[in-house]
Amino acid sequence: MAFCALVSKKALGSALRSGAADLGSGLCQIRRLQTFSLPDLSYDYGALEPAISGEIMKIHHQKHHQAYITNYNKALEQLDEAIQKGDTSKVVGLQSAIKFNGGGHINHSIFWKNLAPTNEGGGEPPKGALGWAIDADFGSFEALVQKMSSEGAALQGSGWVWLALDKELKKVRIETTANQLQSSMSCCSTLPGENFTGPPGDKGATSGSLLGIDVWEHAYYLQYKNVRPDYLKNIWKVINWKHASDAFDGEAA
Amino acid sequence: MSSSSSPVQLELKAPPYPLDALEPYMSQKTLEFHWGKHHRGYVDNLNKQIVGTDLHGLTLEEIIVKSYNNGNPLPTFNNAAQAWFSIWNHDFFWSSMKPGGGGRPSGLVLELIEREFGSVEALLNEFKQAALTQFGSGWAWLGYKDGKIVVEKTANAVNPLVADYHPLLTVDVWEHAYYLDYQNRRPDFVSTFIENLLSWDAVSERLEEAIAKAA
Repeated sequence: MAFCALVSKKALGSALRSGAADLGSGLCQIRRLQTFSLPDLSYDYGALEPAISGEIMKIHHQKHHQAYITNYNKALEQLDEAIQKGDTSKVVGLQSAIKFNGGGHINHSIFWKNLAPTNEGGGEPPKGALGWAIDADFGSFEALVQKMSSEGAALQGSGWVWLALDKELKKVRIETTANQLQSSMSCCSTLPGENFTGPPGDKGATSGSLLGIDVWEHAYYLQYKNVRPDYLKNIWKVINWKHASDAFDGEAA
Repeated sequence: MSSSSSPVQLELKAPPYPLDALEPYMSQKTLEFHWGKHHRGYVDNLNKQIVGTDLHGLTLEEIIVKSYNNGNPLPTFNNAAQAWFSIWNHDFFWSSMKPGGGGRPSGLVLELIEREFGSVEALLNEFKQAALTQFGSGWAWLGYKDGKIVVEKTANAVNPLVADYHPLLTVDVWEHAYYLDYQNRRPDFVSTFIENLLSWDAVSERLEEAIAKAA
């Protein structure tokens, strides 16, 4: 997403200066339109049962996440074309599709890493620096879990509940975001595992977000139906705190 | 609707058909959860919230407009407003459908559609696009505004009582509305709604009311 903003800015700038006449040549040197693809899970679809059913994991990964990627790629292609033509209103009009679908790709890529089978450490509470930070900022691990569950349950409509590091205040915080918005404490993120660079000063992979839980209905409906609180009670059994701890150690350094 | 001294206690209204009447397009199981749990939950939640508050005494529509506050929902009313909106929207949704629905409009509805959109197909295409591009949870609507039929979409529980058009038809595109029957396939759900569930009779009745109100 940062990459695309860079391309758009340059394209718009030169389009305005040159009247869009020579947009192509200036762009060709920096433009490399990347196509994104579905990351693999490091565990089988059924490996998170009974907390999350294999049926849900398969549809969530192969249908929902894939759809975000497909639509993100399509929007990027359309953006590229619109930039080449100097079609500013089309460029602007595509931003919501890019934000939504690109955001969905970012968030789900994080989510798969936030989960782990119980026989691979899923559910084991964090030790070390993240554990201490949680105790300091929430009183106890149990208090954090309870608060994050209740904020996730109270979220109206679709969205995510996050545990994130506020680097300025040096505190871990809970945050909810609507639809496919990212945690406000993750900035200019590269997509995990993919190689492209953002603008200078980019902080690298998903800075700030330690853990996200998808509370869109598709994340739980086939198994938990309307009872989102039950999903939120059970998901803690497969949360990958090791990944969150590693992220915390990386960010807090 | 009620005196100012007694709280407004809402009843859960049943759909105007048995819960299995929309099979195979919308399963009984979906209706049991969507109406029996989600819709019922909003009614129970709201009744709990208004006990002992000054929300009683207002009509449902007055509360919605007041709570929406022109796009900045008042924090103290936010939960109540969501419940109010949701109850209204779901009542409206059930009666936007009927067994043996779909087909084509006739009379004034058809005339207005053809005048504004050129054809029924063009209108339904725009309605479908609205339903598919409502990112996240929400609703797509047909409405009546300034003598014309319009297509709109709203997020979460927002409904047209706070906007400037009279609602004629709605489809719920929260995932719970279709997930048991269609999973991620919202496009299939919306096509099926249009072809097999949509009640043009309801649209006609509501158009007559809207025109009478606007007069």
